[in-house]
Amino acid sequence: MTKKYILGLFRDEVPLLHAVHELRKEGNKIHEVYTPFPVHGLDEALGYKRSRLPRAGFLFGCLGGTLGLSMQAWMLGVDWPMNIGGKPALAWVDFVPVTFELTVLITALGMVATYLVASEFIPGNEPKIPDPRISSDVFCIAIPAEDASSSVGSRLRELGAEVQEKEVEL
Amino acid sequence: MFESPTRRPLITGKTSYSQITEDIIKPIEAKPTKWWYLGFTVSLAALGLWLLSVTYLLFTGVGVWGLNKTVDWGWDITNFVWWVGIGHAGTLISAVLLLFRQKWRTAVNRSAEAMTIFAVICAGSYPLLHAGRPWLIYWVFPLPNTYGSLWSNFNSPLLWDVFAISTYLTVSLVFWYVGLIPDLATIRDRAVGLRKKIYSLMSFGWNGSAKGWQRFESVSLILAGLSTPLVLSVHTIVSFDFATSIIPGWHTTIFPPYFVAGAVFSGFAMVQTLLIIMRKSMRLEHYITLNHIDVMNKIILVTGSIVGSAYITEFFIAWYSAFPYEQYAFVNRAFGPYWWAYWTMMTCNVITPQLFWSRKLRRSLTASFIISIFVNIGMWFERFVIIVTSLHRDYLPSSWLMYSPSWVEICMYIGSLGLFFTLFFLFAKFLPVIAVAEVKSIYKTSSEEEIVKTATQEGVNLQEAHAHTNGSY
Repeated sequence: MTKKYILGLFRDEVPLLHAVHELRKEGNKIHEVYTPFPVHGLDEALGYKRSRLPRAGFLFGCLGGTLGLSMQAWMLGVDWPMNIGGKPALAWVDFVPVTFELTVLITALGMVATYLVASEFIPGNEPKIPDPRISSDVFCIAIPAEDASSSVGSRLRELGAEVQEKEVEL
Repeated sequence: MFESPTRRPLITGKTSYSQITEDIIKPIEAKPTKWWYLGFTVSLAALGLWLLSVTYLLFTGVGVWGLNKTVDWGWDITNFVWWVGIGHAGTLISAVLLLFRQKWRTAVNRSAEAMTIFAVICAGSYPLLHAGRPWLIYWVFPLPNTYGSLWSNFNSPLLWDVFAISTYLTVSLVFWYVGLIPDLATIRDRAVGLRKKIYSLMSFGWNGSAKGWQRFESVSLILAGLSTPLVLSVHTIVSFDFATSIIPGWHTTIFPPYFVAGAVFSGFAMVQTLLIIMRKSMRLEHYITLNHIDVMNKIILVTGSIVGSAYITEFFIAWYSAFPYEQYAFVNRAFGPYWWAYWTMMTCNVITPQLFWSRKLRRSLTASFIISIFVNIGMWFERFVIIVTSLHRDYLPSSWLMYSPSWVEICMYIGSLGLFFTLFFLFAKFLPVIAVAEVKSIYKTSSEEEIVKTATQEGVNLQEAHAHTNGSY
């Protein structure tokens, strides 16, 4: 669904960061900011909470480690114990490498899957971008037109932006 | 933001954000150069040789190799370990250097990671084919079966290797692709027609939002944190294939760290070989600068010295063990029938990297290229020496045999180089060889353009500022 946005386009991240701070201090509602590369401190400036992805990663790691170790212990210790020269069937030291590898594998796959789902990144998804140049050299602040005060456009210009009004889906 | 002048710029020349996009994305949109076609054709021919020899192998059996009852591991495992080792530099650059916040990695991580993936594919092909009937390879996985179920043997280092290599390939691939998504979106946003459709499909709807970048950085950091112990574990487990056996010359506790250092050493040599060709042929001199070549040569020097000390330590411990079989294995290595392999290894791995103590040689493209080839050859011989010289003289002199490869093994080796380079040429044509977004993120602090600009603003003499950037201090 498309909506009307006021877009402030910047050519550099320094005035962009400054503008985000100023606009938020003045009580403007920012929908989202689009940049060609990760701008340090932008998420704090926008008041975003820290990502919970590392926690998901930790849980997947616990799952992988438990699955890996219990799989080996069950297979060689319970389901079909073998007498190899009288050595213990549950030789847990031998299980360390595979347990480690499965922990890493399941953490990585689980976390990346969570990342893709949380960000709605699915192969072939239409990108919701305000301007195709945001992946090259343009930094863009998108403010929903319905919530914006009438002076937002001129304020953006004052802060160094080129201002556009656009009907887009973001 | 005037950075300390002790840091040399990592992006030289006249650049801007849009110029970086242009420089790196342009080769994907343009027709490939004559050099690309030439390289690609040669690689395809070698790949053809691989297909031919592998087909012959599959229809006839592993008896077509030069292996015998005493030397039952030869070029196959040598090449396996060599290729896995080469892969390690990619993960080291993308993961370990990310954790250490080394900015220079941004120019080389993408191609090094690609190299990792292609090298691991080449490596994996060897044990797969050595299994004899690769179509039954699923037997190594613990799947329910009609024999009981009889499960796989988790006490065996060979099975650990299956898990290590497949995890390594999967995690490297995922890490690489996550990093590629923003750059694929850059290509998408410039493209029209079919190219736009393909890159849209591949970029998953990336939109460069602040939230998206926050998650991206979070995932990258954790994947880097996971890959770091993973890369150490992979070559450790590869070394267990040897170290947990009771063959004199293999049964040593030094193997894990020695193998990991050797892997990083050979991997950086391969990165160096590829990058020197790539920066020239794709005109990336502004991004892969002499400073990059210099720091990588320093890593080659450090890891080469670790490997050298490991060789000497091994010899010392063999003598100190007072175990005649172990002592014989090492004397035989250096002065037995395979002495030439041993001394090739010593020359290429111990002596040549020491030349990098000279700053002039570290910053010379010709010297770096030649030495990197020497290291590649030396590290191949290291694996050959460890495997063949330890096996060919068994406990019983009646089973002493010599080993030399058959034409099938030689063709498969040349062919695996073909497979590797074919994949690499395709990568260089269709994907951004430098991480565009990451290079932009260090632009403000590390480009010549910005360093000089800020210096001028702050009243520093312009000439002095330029002097800082040409690396002459």
